[in-house]
Amino acid sequence: MVNRILVGAHYGLKDWIIQRATAIIMAVYTVIFLVVVGAAGPDSYDAWRGIFANGFIRFATFLFFVSVFYHAWIGVRDIWMDYVKPDGLRLLLMIATVAVLVGYAGWAVQILWRM
Amino acid sequence: MAEMAIKKKRPKNLDLPTIRLPLPGILSIIHRISGAAIFLLLPFLLWLLQGSLASPEAFAVVKGVVAHPLAKIVLLGLIWLYMHHFCAGIRYLMLDLHKGIDLESARLSSKVVFAVSIALTLIIGAKVLW
Repeated sequence: MVNRILVGAHYGLKDWIIQRATAIIMAVYTVIFLVVVGAAGPDSYDAWRGIFANGFIRFATFLFFVSVFYHAWIGVRDIWMDYVKPDGLRLLLMIATVAVLVGYAGWAVQILWRM
Repeated sequence: MAEMAIKKKRPKNLDLPTIRLPLPGILSIIHRISGAAIFLLLPFLLWLLQGSLASPEAFAVVKGVVAHPLAKIVLLGLIWLYMHHFCAGIRYLMLDLHKGIDLESARLSSKVVFAVSIALTLIIGAKVLW
């Protein structure tokens, strides 16, 4: 007898881990960002732009955004799964969520590398 | 007779004012609401970042928007949502590591989350917005 489980091909565990990994990345970035901005106290355009012109901050900010978007996908998907029962509507909302988040990722790249 | 005995054993509490969500439950639902709210506000935040970095003129526009009293209240609320999600999230990571899972420490840590997130919101709000 083939005891085959057709659902749950580790999707749950993978997302569970990614949700936490991205949370740690965002938490570390938040602390770094608050310290950097707190120390620099940027009150002019040049000072503010100077923070993001730094290669490390730009890389870290991009990593932060990617983490935000992936983390948001898992969290918002959980909300749709908890409250939206009709399959078609749930699928539509999930696709819309992915679509806007992928779009935001492109926007974030544009903001950081075309400034 | 048997039915009567079973019925008597089942406690009922329909005195609704005595039922309330405990603090860790309030923390949990705010964690979800704050996450959803931040998701919905992402385009606004990206727009603010874009403007602030694009050019000195756009920076001035963003500075003007942020200086509006209504925007300050919205942003202070947003900082609180973020800080609550941040602190509650760290608490959840600790719970994942089986730290503070007994009832007493779980209640205490939710109080700490509320106190720390509100304190951080006020400190950051005072420094950034006023």
